Amino acid sequence: MATVYIDGKPYAVDAHQNLLDQCLSLGFNLPYFCWHPALGSVGACRQCAVKQFKDEHDTRGKIVMACITQASDGARISIDDPEAVKFRAGVIEGLMLNHPHDCPVCDEGGECHLQDMTVMTGHDYRRYRFEKRTFRNQDLGPFVNHEMNRCIQCYRCVRFYRNYAGGRDLNALSIHQTVYFGRNQDGVLENEFSGNLVEVCPTGVFTDKTLKRHYTRKWDLMYAPSICVHCATGCNVSAGERYGTLRRIVNRFHHEVNGYFLCDRGRYGYEFVNSDKRVREARLNGNAITAEAAREHLREAVERGRAIGIGSPRASLESNFALRTLAGPGHFFSGIADRDQRLVALILDILRRGPCRVPTLHEIELCDAVVVLGEDVTNTAPRIALSVRQAVRQRSFEMAEKLKIPLWLDDGVRDAGQDQRSPLFVATIASTHLDEIASGVFRGVPDEIARFGFAVAHAIDSAAPSSGDFPAARGIADALKGAKRPLVVSGASCGSEAVIQAAANIAQACGAALYFIVPECNTLGCAMVAGGSLDAAFRLAAEGNVDTAIVLENDLYRRAPAPDVDAFIGNVPHLIVLDSLLTRTAERAELLVPAGTFAESAGTFVSGEGRAQRFFEVFPPDGVRESWRTLGMGRWSTLDEVLADLPAELPGLARARDAAPSAKFRIAGAKIAREAHRSSGRTAMLANINVSEPKTPVDPDSPLSFSMEGAEKKPPGALIPFFWSAGWNSIQATNTYQREVGGPLNGGDPGVRLIESSAKEKSYFAGVFEEFPAEGGEWLIVPIHHIFGSDELSLSAQAVAELVPAPYVAVGRESFAQNTMVRVEIAGQMFLLPVRIRSELGARVAALPAGIPPLAGLPLPQRGTIEEVK
Amino acid sequence: MFSILSTIWRVFLHMFSRRVTVQYPEQKPYLAPRYRGRIILSRDAEGGERCVACYLCAVACPVDCIALQAAEDAAGRRYPEFFRINFSRCIFCGYCEDACPTYAIQLTPDFEMGEFHRQNLVYEKQDLLIDGEGKYPGYNFWKVAGVAIGGKAKGEAAREAPPTDVNSLMP
Ligand code: SF4
Ligand code: SF4
Ligand code: SF4
Ligand code: SF4
Ligand code: FES
Repeated sequence: MATVYIDGKPYAVDAHQNLLDQCLSLGFNLPYFCWHPALGSVGACRQCAVKQFKDEHDTRGKIVMACITQASDGARISIDDPEAVKFRAGVIEGLMLNHPHDCPVCDEGGECHLQDMTVMTGHDYRRYRFEKRTFRNQDLGPFVNHEMNRCIQCYRCVRFYRNYAGGRDLNALSIHQTVYFGRNQDGVLENEFSGNLVEVCPTGVFTDKTLKRHYTRKWDLMYAPSICVHCATGCNVSAGERYGTLRRIVNRFHHEVNGYFLCDRGRYGYEFVNSDKRVREARLNGNAITAEAAREHLREAVERGRAIGIGSPRASLESNFALRTLAGPGHFFSGIADRDQRLVALILDILRRGPCRVPTLHEIELCDAVVVLGEDVTNTAPRIALSVRQAVRQRSFEMAEKLKIPLWLDDGVRDAGQDQRSPLFVATIASTHLDEIASGVFRGVPDEIARFGFAVAHAIDSAAPSSGDFPAARGIADALKGAKRPLVVSGASCGSEAVIQAAANIAQACGAALYFIVPECNTLGCAMVAGGSLDAAFRLAAEGNVDTAIVLENDLYRRAPAPDVDAFIGNVPHLIVLDSLLTRTAERAELLVPAGTFAESAGTFVSGEGRAQRFFEVFPPDGVRESWRTLGMGRWSTLDEVLADLPAELPGLARARDAAPSAKFRIAGAKIAREAHRSSGRTAMLANINVSEPKTPVDPDSPLSFSMEGAEKKPPGALIPFFWSAGWNSIQATNTYQREVGGPLNGGDPGVRLIESSAKEKSYFAGVFEEFPAEGGEWLIVPIHHIFGSDELSLSAQAVAELVPAPYVAVGRESFAQNTMVRVEIAGQMFLLPVRIRSELGARVAALPAGIPPLAGLPLPQRGTIEEVK
Repeated sequence: MFSILSTIWRVFLHMFSRRVTVQYPEQKPYLAPRYRGRIILSRDAEGGERCVACYLCAVACPVDCIALQAAEDAAGRRYPEFFRINFSRCIFCGYCEDACPTYAIQLTPDFEMGEFHRQNLVYEKQDLLIDGEGKYPGYNFWKVAGVAIGGKAKGEAAREAPPTDVNSLMP
């Protein structure tokens, strides 16, 4: 702590920080552009000027940039000094010279940092009457719109895209007046985090292209705090609705999880909510029926007996629990195939037993040696890959610290660190985007990866079982031993128990943090509700013991090979499906009941970190309800009642209740408004239907109101629908919700970690390996994951769907030529696919893209045959 | 007593003063063009819809009686997909006109909007859009805005330099 005098008054500040950061933390409105809490300072825009004085006798002082000046003890600065005020107004006027007259048709308008700063500095009249510079725009693909005229050359975009996210195809081009931020030529932005440009860019150069299709201003959207449903990372998002459709997703800051950034799957996957594949009404044998009749039918089916429930890792904890309660614990199945369920059970077991700690994403960023075992992180849990990218910077931070360069001084730290990176080892089936920053890579099929992992563990601690000789293992072992905060990242995506065991062995051997990536947003939650596997349900049905199967938000054709699912459906006289999308399974249902998506329901997901996080209804559902409501059959009328019943049945999930305040929570007696106080059109939106405004619906499940009326004070973290502060209309308002800029949210970051272990003892896995290659003409077919394509829900999102690769089979160099059509026979099915060469794949190893129809549901890795089609 | 008589006297005297009551509707009063009556949406001189669906009128409206949805044609020109004013809520304050950056929305001197059914006071775009420029002739937002639309490429707006050549290294 240090004392800084701001306009004559003393304030306690953090001496390790810069003045801008501390002024903002103290609540001063000091304008800025180029500085970003996650990107640091470069001093490029000159907007944050303040006056600094030598001592109390100095009356002249000098103008300094607050963002590149240390908040040193005893410093005296003035924000209100007339010269500083004039300087800042002058900077804005300079930036505005070339700025187009676009606000009314600019998608940034109303949440534009440039607008905010212009107002803040009082520049309200354009004196410049000469020609403005113009640029041509580029087509950057389906996610990001480009309008270069609006650029103020703050360089934030390239600093995020290139330095932070590791992208290469966006750059600052050209010179002087005409510096251009774009690609060499038109084309889809390659980086998986390109959508963050929308929030990072302080102007309307980069805006959300999916929002543009149904454009709505920030102040007109109705928001709710939500959780991303497109992978298990559990990123916090704000979802916004208008006129009954979901309009966009923006980041909802969570210090421990997603920080300031989301991946593009998470930002743009939301469009599935508006997809025409949505189920909007109940259907019995294909004919629309009323919700009443559907409930009656469901009740009869359960009363008839011999009903089983098949849950889902993409349904909420509450919905899975409701199904388990309805069908009975013995008749509840998780809806995950046996081999996947074993992997998840193993992961849960390792995490519960300890001694390794599950790191948060923020903790991942602080790790100084990382081993990735078997996961193509960028494609299975993208946001985590972004955190791993920051972890490799630890070495440059150490070097900067030695040179006494403050860590927020971005350019200084990067110059000092040059290309120095902390060790990162990537052992995966095929090449990954993290390879380019890795100090070593290993390629092999899952069992080879596992062997390699065991060898690393053995090299660290000879008590861990060995698995053969891998020369590279020694080096990795040394790096991990030398690290202060080592980390192992692994997961279920390569379908191998041995890989998971190997990861656990390495982590235990060196006392590393251990993060397992699981497939879906509530995989861990679903596994904790504890049911039999899908295969067990299939067996029960095959024995003729099932009269009705109730399938909850689950497309069985994505879990098991189609012939098995067909057989199961054939064995079940009555199939009841609750889902939001018309999946292949839903199409076969006798009774189909619409289910609310995350945007139309409230519930809890348990992330890969074991963090239970609550999501809330964004808008009042029109006919669709939460599955837990449907399945509760009147047992519960509010979410809080479900959560109150949970602990007795499932003690391990008891604390899920504390993921967010209950529906009774109030701030000074008031609810929290989902809409901005300036939300418009209330008396006209529905006037075409009826000129008398309908009553505002009541939300029994949360303390949020479906209106603009609510508490004036800022809500606690779990209940923040959107970020806004007076004078701060852009997403930069996040600053005002944090204890200290860039730090945790006021009142703590939301969610509760359900899995913490206190164990100390190590217990190594022995490791059992399958031999490969197989005999005869067989191939080992392994999965390859795609950020756009492997997730079920985002496949139905319009923009994401444009980037999903067509089905293919990947093979190594020496077998087939690129684009040859081959016949792939696997798990009793046959596919005709074009060949793509991935030279990393070994002989007789092929890969199929996971989850992309019609290849979804194949249990991979798996043996199969591949023949050229003549 | 005196006060009553004086009052009667004063009332009597009024019989000889000039009449201010207008015999509406037989006789129409003069209303200035800036009178705040029925709201219209205007067009620019080229006949294009002036409204760019910026939502500023809607947000300025104190009774929230304007609702619209922005859309964009293939060439990039924004327009309202629908535009609705619920005149049964409108207080004719004129804030929408003040807020409008394109002179699209204007209040007119027509106030004869009485209806027996409130529902008939809900006006849609076809009821609001007129063919002329209204009170503010000559302004066309697109001619000063930086975005390109059909018929106006980058660099063709007023006081715009031609688009920069990114490959040029000339100082
Ligand atoms: S970037 Fe901001 S200031 Fe510029 S046109 Fe867009 S909204 Fe207006
Ligand atoms: S495009 Fe945006 S982020 Fe990039 S330099 Fe211009 S204003 Fe800054
Ligand atoms: S990393 Fe996963 S949870 Fe986070 S935004 Fe991306 S898809 Fe969503
Ligand atoms: S303010 Fe003007 S341009 Fe904007 S939406 Fe209203 S009428 Fe249209
Ligand atoms: S924010 Fe300080 S110079 Fe840009």
